[in-house]
Amino acid sequence: MIDTSFKSTRNYSRRKLQSRLFVVLSASSALATVVVLFVILGYVLYRGASALDIDFFTKLPRPVGEAGGGMAHAMIGSLIVLAIGSAIALPVGLFTGIYLAEYRSSFVADLVRFVIETMAGIPSIVVGIFAFAMVVRPMGTFSAWAGGFALAVIMIPIFARAAEVALRTVPFSLREASLALGVPFWRTTLRVVMPTAKGGLVTAFMLALARAGGETAPLLFTALGNRFFQDGLSHPIATLPVQIYTYAIGPYDDWHRQAWAGALVLVVITVVIIGVVRAVLGRSNIAQ
Amino acid sequence: MARRRLRSLTASNTGDLVFKLVAVGLTLSVLVLAVLMVGVMFQNSRESIAEYGIWDFVTAKQWDPVFRNFGALAVIVGTLVSALIAVVLAVPVAIGIAIYIVEIAPPRFQGPIAFLVDTLAAVPSIVFGLWAAFVMVPWLRQTPGKFLVNTFGDWIPLFKGPHFGFSMLAAGVILAVMIVPIISAVAREVIASVPMAQKEGLLALGATRWEVVRKVILPTARAGIVGAVILGLGRAIGETMAVTMVIGNRHELTWSLMAPNSTIPSIIANEFREATYDLYLSALIHLALVLMVISLGINVMARSLVWSATRGQTSADAR
Repeated sequence: MIDTSFKSTRNYSRRKLQSRLFVVLSASSALATVVVLFVILGYVLYRGASALDIDFFTKLPRPVGEAGGGMAHAMIGSLIVLAIGSAIALPVGLFTGIYLAEYRSSFVADLVRFVIETMAGIPSIVVGIFAFAMVVRPMGTFSAWAGGFALAVIMIPIFARAAEVALRTVPFSLREASLALGVPFWRTTLRVVMPTAKGGLVTAFMLALARAGGETAPLLFTALGNRFFQDGLSHPIATLPVQIYTYAIGPYDDWHRQAWAGALVLVVITVVIIGVVRAVLGRSNIAQ
Repeated sequence: MARRRLRSLTASNTGDLVFKLVAVGLTLSVLVLAVLMVGVMFQNSRESIAEYGIWDFVTAKQWDPVFRNFGALAVIVGTLVSALIAVVLAVPVAIGIAIYIVEIAPPRFQGPIAFLVDTLAAVPSIVFGLWAAFVMVPWLRQTPGKFLVNTFGDWIPLFKGPHFGFSMLAAGVILAVMIVPIISAVAREVIASVPMAQKEGLLALGATRWEVVRKVILPTARAGIVGAVILGLGRAIGETMAVTMVIGNRHELTWSLMAPNSTIPSIIANEFREATYDLYLSALIHLALVLMVISLGINVMARSLVWSATRGQTSADAR
């Protein structure tokens, strides 16, 4: 059934050449991708580092046209919106992960797994519109709440899925040992299973956090943006990605300069955190 | 004594019950969220659906807010074309990387290369957009753009000039960069699950590496690789920031890839805040609904292919 023409030795050198060509091509595609990564990160570092100064972390934006100022408000804003998102996504994602890992073989579990996979694939801009319709419209204003809700919708499927994988790596014998000692199931889960899977759970959460922290699209029509420090969670709030976007599409050179600085900060926070988490904790197969 | 033990047993059962209720409740809230999402999108686009109907909205060409005319065809085509360019450019590279990491690279390089490729997937899309708008677009406008327009522009409508950099082509290229790590991460898993015995069998018969790839790996992993590609397509279709910043944002049906264009996410990102009347807003949400339906279909298809290829063992995901 399999074509065995390669057995003939007549065109051996041609076959060898062909194979070598393939090896070179596949190696160069790997090389090209790594080069693109370094070109992008290198350029962000080059432009960002020259624009970063202490003001960037401590000052508000100056009035339009004046050079200087910073994005302190956007960084604080990002933290606030992420905190709101985490406050929703942490319990929901964790318990969904627990449900999927511990009560694994039910129709509901399969359904939830399917829904989570599908939710993870929904474009983030759609999530933004969903949050707009759910929170902004009823409240009548853009707000930190709306931004946090949108980020929670992004985080929940990522976190829940990775949490399930992390919890599943805990051997059954451990659970059985605990149950055999008369420890109730819920305490077994909280005190034996979760501590054992702690590394994986932290990794899972950090991945979700880093992903949400870099999102711009869901915040465009929810958190909106602001040129000042936030004044309450029911008002528009600046976030780092949206601030970068606003500055990048603006007409001023100084804005572009600051956009690069913001991009550098964002890359350092998201990429480096993910990298470190993966390298240190991600030995289990979640982060790959 | 017996009584006390009995009570503690009941207490522990209560604990289990409460715990289960909390877990089930929060899990169901995810389902509710998903249902709510579909419902809310329909609810908020009902004005547009009532005005244009679902099918006519998708097939009408005009998108003209000034004259209250909303048709999605041009942006839907723009979305699909940009994603297709990305897939065409990304697939050979992504599969090449996957095969290189699994089959060819020396073991001590496998981890680091996979790590670096995965890192590319972790870069926020706004950073891709910034880099693409300020570095890639000016470069594309020079040599490659001029070459394409001058060489093919006259006889292939796809490359008809003029080319100002911000174009469908630019969107396709940056999308390709963004989906390479996604496709290759999934393809890597699928390729790694090809049984070793089959590869060894062919190698023992004297096959070269290329022949092993050609005759064992690709045929065996085909369904999963197709799944990986469709997954990348889904990601490309929904990508907002990077595309919005380089595509030029003009909604008009055109053959030329060198002309500015727009996609569903880019038109939403650009016009949502400026939507001055209800029907406009409703039409934009209607667009988002169309996008959601497209990406749902794509994702369900991709997941089932990947799942059948690795028999449900894939847990790690592209990100």
